[in-house]
Amino acid sequence: MSHHELELPVDEAAVRRLRIGDTVTLQRTLFGIRDATQIHMFDHGRTTRFDLAGHAVIHTAPNVRKVTPDATNPAGYAPVCIGTTTSDRMERFTRPLLERCGVRIIVGKGGLREASAAAFRDLGGVYLAIVGGTAALETTWIEAIEDVDLDDLNPESLWKFRIRDFGPLLVGMDSVGGSLYETVREHAAAKRAAVLATLGVKA
Amino acid sequence: MKIDLAAIEDASRELYIRALKMLPPDIKEGFDALVTHESDSTARGVLGTMITNITIAERDDNLLCQDTGLPIYNVEIGRGVDVDGYGLKMAIRRGCERATREHPLRSSVVHPLTRHNEHTSCGIEMPAIHIDFIDADETLRITMIPKGSGSENNSFLRMAIPAEGVDAVKTFVIDCVLAAGGKTCPPTIVGVGIGGTSDLCVALAKRAATRALGTHCADPDGAALEAALSPAVNALGVGPQGLGGDATSFAVHVELAATHITMNPVAVNMQCHSARRASATFTPAGVAYGY
Repeated sequence: MSHHELELPVDEAAVRRLRIGDTVTLQRTLFGIRDATQIHMFDHGRTTRFDLAGHAVIHTAPNVRKVTPDATNPAGYAPVCIGTTTSDRMERFTRPLLERCGVRIIVGKGGLREASAAAFRDLGGVYLAIVGGTAALETTWIEAIEDVDLDDLNPESLWKFRIRDFGPLLVGMDSVGGSLYETVREHAAAKRAAVLATLGVKA
Repeated sequence: MKIDLAAIEDASRELYIRALKMLPPDIKEGFDALVTHESDSTARGVLGTMITNITIAERDDNLLCQDTGLPIYNVEIGRGVDVDGYGLKMAIRRGCERATREHPLRSSVVHPLTRHNEHTSCGIEMPAIHIDFIDADETLRITMIPKGSGSENNSFLRMAIPAEGVDAVKTFVIDCVLAAGGKTCPPTIVGVGIGGTSDLCVALAKRAATRALGTHCADPDGAALEAALSPAVNALGVGPQGLGGDATSFAVHVELAATHITMNPVAVNMQCHSARRASATFTPAGVAYGY
């Protein structure tokens, strides 16, 4: 288990080196993406002017304040509170994100499932676990909202954040099929019968 | 006591923002208890980050979590209170909208079919306003709960039958916790509704999930079930964020209602670790804010 500092964008080899249990701190750029963003991109054929190749995306829809664009807030939005949503709802978008957009890293909470693990293995990607519900802390890792696209979907726009020392994050799923979530799920399911027995439930 | 609707509007605005920023003391104590007993080192680290976040939210006067949730206002009206009921509902709605525009907050509320967001945290039947009457003189209390979607998306109802007995309830709770895994942002409060009609059963589960830690079901058999289920859920090893560990849940809370001779309904609703709520109590002395 080792720690990695990754400056975005990264190449395939950089993410293929990561293993579950490792920790990662991200630098420079992070894109925010969400249910509606991906429904519009992958189901409705919308495209983005952003180049996501080699980049990291985070499952989020932030709280922002509309301001006059200036050097500090070039997109006309000041961050208020930026956190992370449950990834599981966006399971079916993992493969197209990697395959069509070249995304290498997904940051989220709660984990993804088998189809995502397969996409990470086939295409070279990882899932980094952030601690959900800790948005006040996460917001301190974001320097600015640099740009925004598909903003008619606000707050589920495609956001470009400038980040510094974003982490440490835990590698929850890697590119060789490892998944901390799957391991925990299997262990928990194996305990079900014993736990029900302690409650006096007859099998 | 005559209720001033402008004061209700102001309080409804204030409550939404307060709830999003300050975690109730019982939840903070719940974190302390969980981290003390946690045997898994990753889980201790995750809990530590959650505790740090509470401190940073207070320091920066920021929201604990970016999910502003579905806004719920529970109103309890005591005796001798003179209030325009419809006006009260409209005042709460205006307060909710003002909090969203003036802070500003992310409006997480959309039309269920068109997905249109009015950016007011309001919409058809939203905020959810529940009104009840209590045996207290000249008191009106509003409790505001921003209900996050990660936990709300893991809500379950099963219309079990009498022949399945209480075993059906216990099995359902365990299976719901397993199905939810890390999606609910554990550690959670697992709310269990038992009995009633189908809609009441789900409402009971929500009431249980949003009750203060350290409180118990008023019915002794319900309280005994809480005591049995709480350690059982944590023995599953789901852990904080579904990454393994003991701290899957702060507690299991149960609420009961009488049901039909042919029915045995059970519902589960979970509250995430950002178990936010804030209250305002109106009395002749004025308004007092709490949790």
